[in-house]
Amino acid sequence: MSAWTDIILVSLILTTFWLLGSSRLASCIRICAIQGVATGLLGVVGGGITIRVAAISLAIIVLKGLTFPWLLSRALRESNTSHEVQPFVGYVASLLIGVLVLAFSFWADSRLPSLAHGASRLVVPVAFALLIAGLFLIVARKTAVNQVIGYLVMENGIYTFGFGVVREIPALVELGVLMDVFVAVFVMGIAIYRINRTFDHIDSDQLTLLKG
Amino acid sequence: MSLWNFSYAVLGLLLAPLLPGITNRTKAVFAGRQGPPLLQAYWDLAKLLRKGTVYSRTTSWVFRLAPPGGLACVVAALWLVPVGNFAAPLAFPGDLILLAYLLGLMRFMTVCAALDTGSSFEGMGASREVQFSALAEPALILGLAALAYATGSFSLSGIFGGVTRPDWLQVGPALVLVAAALLIVFLAENCRIPVDDPNTHLELTMIHEVMILDYGGPDLAFILYGATLKLWLLGALLANIFLPLTGFAGPAQIACLVAGMVVVAVLTGVIESVMARLSLLKVPQLLVGAAALSVLGFVLMLRFAP
Repeated sequence: MSAWTDIILVSLILTTFWLLGSSRLASCIRICAIQGVATGLLGVVGGGITIRVAAISLAIIVLKGLTFPWLLSRALRESNTSHEVQPFVGYVASLLIGVLVLAFSFWADSRLPSLAHGASRLVVPVAFALLIAGLFLIVARKTAVNQVIGYLVMENGIYTFGFGVVREIPALVELGVLMDVFVAVFVMGIAIYRINRTFDHIDSDQLTLLKG
Repeated sequence: MSLWNFSYAVLGLLLAPLLPGITNRTKAVFAGRQGPPLLQAYWDLAKLLRKGTVYSRTTSWVFRLAPPGGLACVVAALWLVPVGNFAAPLAFPGDLILLAYLLGLMRFMTVCAALDTGSSFEGMGASREVQFSALAEPALILGLAALAYATGSFSLSGIFGGVTRPDWLQVGPALVLVAAALLIVFLAENCRIPVDDPNTHLELTMIHEVMILDYGGPDLAFILYGATLKLWLLGALLANIFLPLTGFAGPAQIACLVAGMVVVAVLTGVIESVMARLSLLKVPQLLVGAAALSVLGFVLMLRFAP
């Protein structure tokens, strides 16, 4: 049981590294979808499958694995962009920062009291790493699509943390969070469309030009 | 210490030129060609050894030192490689550092010789080689450090003798990550696709081939033989990680590792057939990614190793 959880947690980290080092937006979206599915599976392989857990996991897999990638790739197709051209932080530097973030999360975790129940010892550091790396993606990338992806990585981190610490998150809270994320991605999809219409590309950096 | 301890290095000296043959055969199968004979590398070496050498007037002793010096480095490094429970003929704490730097010394000589020719073209190749190897080295050292931490030994023989089947159950994901990092290092150090193309002679893209353009005859034979030995050596590091999974003990391990080398050679051929060469700007990303894998493996070892 724990072995599967660990493998999924490691795959979460690996996909995050990949996102940090990849410039092709289409493959970024695909990797983000894989990460979403992995996050969804986290609840299922953790043992003790109830209908509630299964329903939430299914909702996560459908939303993060199918709906969001579909929304994002549609936005991408309409904007005629394929690559992130000039990010604020380069890809090699991003990968190195990802490694530092990972080291920091493990250090931070060692300072925290350990969890009472027998969850994997990787849950909390991986969750931290995803949170920080997601935030970093939002800051370091220019295209709106990558920023949405960073946001989703962050959300995956929050879910992983909740899974590790509380385990029994009320379904209402979980579904509420999912709903929020869905609306956020939906709205950002529209925003990408608008940015594209106004500036002919999807660099959110250009929004600063709107200042009177 | 018995004869078995020496067997792997001696086998390497004899069988290493087979590996490129196997890789080329695999590529030929993928391309639907017949391909060169398996023993082609031996014929090439025999032919080159019979020829004379020509040296340019621009070059100095540095240029002449590099081929025998590089071969000496890699042969010395070969005696540091253990097979499973059989310790290497030369084993002492810290020999993994020596291994990394013997390979580094070999590269240093080749690079110096390339600069010594005075050709700007070879200088370009030297610059690329040094840039990429500087990025591959952390991945190699960190990967070995992760293994060293897991087994509590600081010698290659202790490390690979210490990885056991229970370890695989306990830290399996970490071992796979380290193996993946070592595979990328293996491809980069041996100038294989996706980092470098051993067959290309297109000036803008080659890295290793460009540095040895001015060599001929026995010198070229030394360099080619050294390259196959390096293939054998780094492949052994990779295959050794997976050795405990096969469950063999005793001398069967050595046969098993030689079989593992064949698998590594075929795998290289498959990778070269299904992947394109990365553009030069993307290579650092790949190598830093390998270092990231090593770090992740190391962190997981820290977390799980007893």
